[in-house]
Amino acid sequence: MRMRWRGLTLATGAILFAAGAHAAPATPEMLANACAGCHGTYGGSAGPTMPSLANQSKTAIVEAMKKFKSGERLSSIMGRLAKGYSDAQIEALGGYFSAQKFHPTVQTVDKAKVARGASLQEANCSRCHLDDGKDGKDDTPVMASQWLPYLQMQMADYLSGKRKIPEKMEEKTKPMSREDLDALLHFYASVK
Amino acid sequence: MTIDRRDFLRLLGAGAGAGALYGCATPGGAPAVGSSKELMPKTGRRVVVVGGGYGGTIAAKYIRMMDKSIEVVLIERNDHFVSCPFSNLYIGGIIKDLTPLTIRYDKLVANHGVKFVQAEVTAVDPAAKTVVTSQGTLKYDRLILSPGIDFRLGEVKGYDAAAMEIMPHAWKAGPQTVLLRKQLEAMKDGGTVVMSAPLAPYRCPPGPYERASMISFYLKHHKPKSKLILLDANPDVASKGPLFKKGWKDNYASIFQYMPAKKVTEVNASSRSVLIEGIDEVKGDVVNVIPPQRAGHIAVAAGLVGDDKNWCPVNATTFESTKHKDIHVIGDACIAGAMPKSGYSANSEAKVCATNVVALMNGKEPVELSGINTCYSYITDKEAISVAGVYAVKDGKIIGVPNSGGVSPGDYSQAKTEAIYAESWLRNILTEMST
Repeated sequence: MRMRWRGLTLATGAILFAAGAHAAPATPEMLANACAGCHGTYGGSAGPTMPSLANQSKTAIVEAMKKFKSGERLSSIMGRLAKGYSDAQIEALGGYFSAQKFHPTVQTVDKAKVARGASLQEANCSRCHLDDGKDGKDDTPVMASQWLPYLQMQMADYLSGKRKIPEKMEEKTKPMSREDLDALLHFYASVK
Repeated sequence: MTIDRRDFLRLLGAGAGAGALYGCATPGGAPAVGSSKELMPKTGRRVVVVGGGYGGTIAAKYIRMMDKSIEVVLIERNDHFVSCPFSNLYIGGIIKDLTPLTIRYDKLVANHGVKFVQAEVTAVDPAAKTVVTSQGTLKYDRLILSPGIDFRLGEVKGYDAAAMEIMPHAWKAGPQTVLLRKQLEAMKDGGTVVMSAPLAPYRCPPGPYERASMISFYLKHHKPKSKLILLDANPDVASKGPLFKKGWKDNYASIFQYMPAKKVTEVNASSRSVLIEGIDEVKGDVVNVIPPQRAGHIAVAAGLVGDDKNWCPVNATTFESTKHKDIHVIGDACIAGAMPKSGYSANSEAKVCATNVVALMNGKEPVELSGINTCYSYITDKEAISVAGVYAVKDGKIIGVPNSGGVSPGDYSQAKTEAIYAESWLRNILTEMST
């Protein structure tokens, strides 16, 4: 009798378990929604040191996540988070955010710096940072409307060597003064 | 405590004033009275969301983002919400008022068509799929409860509503937070602040330790002859332990004393003292009692808590209660496996719940959970530490994805950067909740 009871309980448990486990694998939207607490709904950031992911180049997102995951790109929290995703999930995240609408930000920028930055962009950066930084080409990220404090933190990391600067970018930025680089960032932040 | 039909009617008649017993009285102090008139007759498909905090706002918004044909009614007792995350910085004197921590609901209404009802929910009838509020009743197809926490006051003798006004908990942000800060400001230099923390699980595992850091910060800069004692019921620091201990040693060694395994079981408001295990009395000039907790009162009253009588067991994919069908519980009130009771967890759970409520209402297959928690704690005004995690479901339980997540580096090499990132964390998550 006791044996039979136990058997019955086990069988019922197994049925319940099967019903509970019946779910489709996490969709790109499910994966991405979890990021939105820090990066904003649909990846449009309201936090001045968090980048918007909406409309970002898919390759740029995937490359960044893979580098966070491997530790090649130094981070505080992103490395710990990126390790939680498979390469396929990272691809899905990149695909989701790159398909979202461009997120224009309203922020205070220095008008004179924006003007100076615009001409520097045209002369030095426009071959990779297409269309005033609105278009991301391959692993070149979309720069337009990113938050100025975020851009400034990244530039500081490039200059200190904390973040590895791409060779082509280093060729262009090396001759520039800190003021010129800052003007460029004001320009990108201003683009809508 | 399952409410049967007869109890339900009795509660309706009596006004279901049990709230006061659990410390969730309305701001005015009087228990809310349920009204039996139907508030908004249900015409189409409807989800009712109870609680306008980290979980409820997001569940309401995301359901509307995913399916505009579902009516969503968000019920919240206040016309605004004050964030617990960052409220410790206000107590520490770093933030000057609670405005940056406060959200309202008008943009959820305007941008997403969420219907907002300011009312106290007094009862839930799972069989009739009806919630009773102080403004009237509402029918639902599915109910999402995000009620946060209430206190197990029976476990701290003497800690009643009057005692809370003398020895604030400040564990629900708002007037209690302001009261604690005012008491610190009014205290003489050379005074003693006493804090007590409950046994885990409770809302925000690192919260008491960040609170201790922020009170220490205030004392160091404004009342350096003063002392802080934290009486912790836990055997050791329950979250980010080595990081907190380093922060305390480096910054507050002469001010702060951490005392593990000291469970406060009784308070005496008139002498501003607490008793450890009913024996050792500790007196303070300011006393901050963080009582043991359980799911928000309405979840308890609706019969949604599990065998522990404190927290609500749920399906790990849909967050549907295992006690009553068509009712989902998210946030601090639910048992979410490895996901901690944090604001970010509530945000993440709300999205998973919303996705699967929409799926179930449309006869579609639910989608597996993918969740995140990110949580920052300030040590000083310019240094913060973090814990992060990525979550998935395995064998019906929410687990941390192996080899991911974890805490900040132990040497504080990221602490200044994390203090900056934490500010953006707040801006983004509150914007998500309110726009």
